[in-house]
Amino acid sequence: MSFLQHDVPLSWYLLLSAVLFCLGVVGFLIKRNLITVFMSIELMLNAVNLSFVTFAYQWHEVRGQIFVFFVMMVAAAEAAVGLAIIIAVFRARSTLAVDRIDLMKL
Amino acid sequence: MHLILFFLFAGFCLAGAINLLLQTHPINSALSLIVVMTSLAVLYLLLGAEFLAIAQIIVYSGAVMVLFTFVVMLLNAGREEHTLGSRAASRVGFPAVVVLFAVLATIVLHMQGLGAAHLGEGLSNAPGQSNLELLSQVLFHELLLPFEVTSVLILIAILGAVALAHAEGSKIGASERTAEK
Repeated sequence: MSFLQHDVPLSWYLLLSAVLFCLGVVGFLIKRNLITVFMSIELMLNAVNLSFVTFAYQWHEVRGQIFVFFVMMVAAAEAAVGLAIIIAVFRARSTLAVDRIDLMKL
Repeated sequence: MHLILFFLFAGFCLAGAINLLLQTHPINSALSLIVVMTSLAVLYLLLGAEFLAIAQIIVYSGAVMVLFTFVVMLLNAGREEHTLGSRAASRVGFPAVVVLFAVLATIVLHMQGLGAAHLGEGLSNAPGQSNLELLSQVLFHELLLPFEVTSVLILIAILGAVALAHAEGSKIGASERTAEK
């Protein structure tokens, strides 16, 4: 049963965090819906939070976890304001496709 | 045990994130994002961050994702057109993502002094002191002012959200009223 006692190297957690962040960037690039683009940003924030927690564990430093706490609070505020903006945009232009919301495009 | 849990929930995480990219309907993307966030909470638990795991479930999987699903249903968001992004995205974006991942992976794999995670090990060096105790000591003594400022930030965000969503609505109401006259 030695398999059950194995520890997980912290670099695997960091790699998972890097993969999640890159998936978030890819989602930001390929998604054409305003709401799913916003969700990709949330995914990137979560990936960064995971690496904060991993480093907090590595260096026995509780401030890393407190930073994640503040990131969560700011992300909640950002989600509220961002979704209100999305509702306002939808009311003004009645579309959610980012290709059609191009008023500021040259 | 730790290894099995890590692989299980890292797998859930990656599957959810990839599903988020592949789904064309926003509500399916929102549901797979909930899967990602909840399995991240379990990973936090494995890394000895109990408070953050619970906060992740309450704040992210709870509050933020309820907002997202609510907005998706309110706006009746349909299927999105499937494109591979703009030309700028495919020319600059995807190579940049590949380079970013390569750089991150190289840094992580060459990082010296990274240990391994044991189950049940806390952050504190003092015996008998829980992580929560340590966290609350720092949060409520040294960082009390930033903590209180956060509440003001959230209050302003709520007011801003209400103002943004309401001002537009009352304008529509006003134009309807003038149209009736």
